[in-house]
Amino acid sequence: MKMEIIMAGFGGQGIMLMGEILAHSAMLEGREVSWIPSYGPEMRGGTANCMVVISDKRIPSPIISSPDVLVAMNKPSMEKFTPMVKSGGIVILNKALIDERPARDDIKVIEVDATGIADELGNMRVANMVALGVLIGETGIVKPETVIKSIDYFLPAHRKNMMEINEKALKRGIAEVQK
Amino acid sequence: MEKVLMKGNEALAEAAIRAGCKCFFGYPITPQSELPAYLAREMPKRGGVFLQAESEVAAINMVYGAAGAGVRVMTSSSSPGISLKQEGISYLCGAELPCVIVNIMRGGPGLGDIQPAQSDYFQATRGGGHGDYRTIVLAPSSVQELVDLVYDAFDLADMYRNPVLILGDGILGQMMEPVVFKERPARQLPPKDWATTGKMGRQKPNVINSLYLDPVKLEEHNLKLFKKYQEIEAKEARYEILNGDDAEYFVIAYGICARIAHAAVEMAREEGIKVGLIRPITLWPYPKKAFEEVLPKAKAFLTVELSLGQMVEDVKLSVEGRAPVYFYGRTGGMVPTAEEIFEEIKKMRGLS
Repeated sequence: MKMEIIMAGFGGQGIMLMGEILAHSAMLEGREVSWIPSYGPEMRGGTANCMVVISDKRIPSPIISSPDVLVAMNKPSMEKFTPMVKSGGIVILNKALIDERPARDDIKVIEVDATGIADELGNMRVANMVALGVLIGETGIVKPETVIKSIDYFLPAHRKNMMEINEKALKRGIAEVQK
Repeated sequence: MEKVLMKGNEALAEAAIRAGCKCFFGYPITPQSELPAYLAREMPKRGGVFLQAESEVAAINMVYGAAGAGVRVMTSSSSPGISLKQEGISYLCGAELPCVIVNIMRGGPGLGDIQPAQSDYFQATRGGGHGDYRTIVLAPSSVQELVDLVYDAFDLADMYRNPVLILGDGILGQMMEPVVFKERPARQLPPKDWATTGKMGRQKPNVINSLYLDPVKLEEHNLKLFKKYQEIEAKEARYEILNGDDAEYFVIAYGICARIAHAAVEMAREEGIKVGLIRPITLWPYPKKAFEEVLPKAKAFLTVELSLGQMVEDVKLSVEGRAPVYFYGRTGGMVPTAEEIFEEIKKMRGLS
């Protein structure tokens, strides 16, 4: 088993954290993992992406050239990374910020209104957890309860009040693909 | 043992504290700034000194002072900052002071960019400073190895009274992987009876110096250093060979590039190409032995670097014309894909 994932969006959408939480949960489940951020002079509002590799074996390269899964939280990310996705791969799109569908018929496209669902739950910033829920609901790569443990691990002590809404967002994401 | 998910830069910093590093002097620069940031937070809590110097030049000379006083000391920077430290590194080698210097390489020359590169290989292995000197150069290729080599770096520095360089790159510094901080049995190391910590009742004071105005004395000193370097070359070269058993072709790569090359080697293996990977772990001393091991069966070598060809010279010096040596590299912060390297492997097979 090996899965290569690219997550991308605007800076400030919690892209890096979404990847860290996924990598951390997979590590808790005994897998080999790697996480690489894009890093550059850009900050909030710029583009951000991270690459996560999850495997049963030693990971040769943490750098991904053709991902199995793409999570695109905005349009520029969809345009940039969709052509790289493996044939038969999965593309998860944040419908709220992407008004187009990728022009490929050899991949599975899942559209989800991550931003809208997050807003409905009371905080747009948990859109990343909605998307992560879709990813794990669709692929089964890690168990929801492990992801919840990881969210708890990453939330600092003064932000523990955010636990509940993050958990809800994750579950809504899972429900989106399992309904 | 507990696994934690950590960035390379932060894991390196934590490992330094656990290895007994008591002083850190540095100046921030991307892509290694998480390392001093971590130490700024942790060192004061754990009995160490963190000091952000006014410049890289000041930092390396603070390292000289702390090392002279016999404590474990480290500095870190990225390519342009490491260039600034070269004078100090030459002095540290001349005065035989143990210390650890971390270079998380970025694109050059000049200010270049902040993306990953391996274009400081010549500077690291040949010495960017003046004089007949060598530094031990370690090249980790995963976050776990980064941690393990930090302990080794401090031990090697103390064992040989010599600066040790850890040569990483932007990706290795920024990436996260699970690490375990293993408890390690303390190594038997020589006492630091040369340190300038007071006479302690001795008749003669200890002096730390790299100035020998009498050329007879300086030659004597340099020959002593040279003997030490020969001993390091004989004992400390390290490497890893992957997929090597039946291999007829070999890719040589270090650091993050070795990871990508490994993926390319696995792709080639799936197509039945008998190719292996030689991964130098020490860049100086260069692991020439790896080549002796594979040369009887090797038809050709392909060196892959994030530069336009630096380590390839050491590969040629090791192969000594006994097989063709090819090169592929990207530069300026660009990183090759595994597919690109795979194409080069196929080309190598066609050419030889």
